[in-house]
Amino acid sequence: MLGVLAAGALAMSAGPLSAQETVRIGSEGAYPPFNFIDSDGNLAGFDIDIANALCDAAGFECEFVVQDWDGIIPGLLARRYDAIIASMSITEERKQVVDFTDKYYATPAKFVKAEDRELEIPEDIEEANEVLSGMSVGVQRATIHENFLRDNFPDIDISVYASQDEANLDLANGRVDLVMADSVVLLEGFLETEEGAGYHFVGPDYFEEEWHGEGIGIAIRKGEDDLREAFNNAIQQIREEGTYQEINAKYFDFDVYGE
Amino acid sequence: MNLSLVINSLPQLLSGLLITLEITALALAIGLALAVPLALMRLSKNFLVRAPVYGFIFYFRGTPLLVQLFLVYYGSGQFRPELEALGLWTFFREAYFCAVFTLTLNTAAYTAEILRGAIQAVPYGEIEAARAMGMSRSLLYRRIILPKAFRIALPAYSNEVVFLFQATSLVSIITLLDLTGVARVLVARTFAVYELYIAAGLIYLACTYLILWIFRRVEQRLFAHLRRPEAEKAKKLTGAALP
Repeated sequence: MLGVLAAGALAMSAGPLSAQETVRIGSEGAYPPFNFIDSDGNLAGFDIDIANALCDAAGFECEFVVQDWDGIIPGLLARRYDAIIASMSITEERKQVVDFTDKYYATPAKFVKAEDRELEIPEDIEEANEVLSGMSVGVQRATIHENFLRDNFPDIDISVYASQDEANLDLANGRVDLVMADSVVLLEGFLETEEGAGYHFVGPDYFEEEWHGEGIGIAIRKGEDDLREAFNNAIQQIREEGTYQEINAKYFDFDVYGE
Repeated sequence: MNLSLVINSLPQLLSGLLITLEITALALAIGLALAVPLALMRLSKNFLVRAPVYGFIFYFRGTPLLVQLFLVYYGSGQFRPELEALGLWTFFREAYFCAVFTLTLNTAAYTAEILRGAIQAVPYGEIEAARAMGMSRSLLYRRIILPKAFRIALPAYSNEVVFLFQATSLVSIITLLDLTGVARVLVARTFAVYELYIAAGLIYLACTYLILWIFRRVEQRLFAHLRRPEAEKAKKLTGAALP
């Protein structure tokens, strides 16, 4: 079976990418506003709009595949789809198994707590770990935020969830004291919704390159350089043509691309 | 295959196994204790006693365990003020309690159904004989029907134990770090999907085999009177004759 896979990989990387080639894109659909399932049951969100714009720019025919987060890299490796456009951070750990395009956005991570709860989180991470010692923090499984918490906050009690929605639900239920995720995800997917009333950000912005990486990129299988280059060029193109800024403005009133 | 990774992960996997074994044992013990009265109520001639138990069993056998777990864990959150008023929220707040609670009710329903079948399979002649001896109803159940029913139910119950043991792997989705939960955390970190899930699978396999072995020994003891001594002896003789 490995032989077949290897042969398939060779065939895939050998052929140059022609226009109108079908590229299957894996996304999660549970990370609003970046990717979510809309009322019609279709994938929607910033990632999906960007993916469509990139496919237009690169001349690909794109198909979307919905995949749960903790199986999203295995699904790519198993060739269920050819690229992951699902707000995946570019990290050293993931680079061991997949290749990434350049970033297409970058936002910091933050904690959220209930407003009526007294808590100050100091700027310094070690001090913050002491302050938060023994508290429970909800985080989505297999994310950079989980890794960041495990490595920097050894004294907190980490609860891992299949999706960010479930972590937010348990914050609202009072099972966890805090949740941590990408600031924009928390803002748009929770704080600005009805369920998020009475909750707010606490503590500093976290963006440590070792954990939070170089921003959010598109993951593809290793060695498929033609596809990676095609996406890199497409990212450049939509930023120059202003399509990116249009999509940005549709979702956020600030620039999510970062520096 | 990254073997050193598996060996390095073993302590964590085994700590997960401990949680798996704990919730399996708790759910089985409480579930079995509940199943006996439930089976008897299920067989009651009184409709008002029989109907609610029938409904309970029907629900827990008719819906997926995953749905039951979600219902108890996230559903209880919706009734937090009411549960707090009753003083029950301290329990439902804990994923561990929610997992044991759901698994207990699930296994109680299945076990009650197994026991009901076994009670009905007790030969009528034995019951008649006991009645002829003048045994009261409770004595009849205690001395004749239940001991016989347990023996009849044992093979089916061993399946239920194995099923429940493996079903505990679902609790990782409500944040518990059981064997599967630990494997998932490690996979998320290392992407060594095959290595870690094969290791976790082998640990489950070994435990399942152990459970089946224990049940086989118990069955051998309980059914000793049904074995034909001559056949046993013949087997031993031929066995000894072989080089």
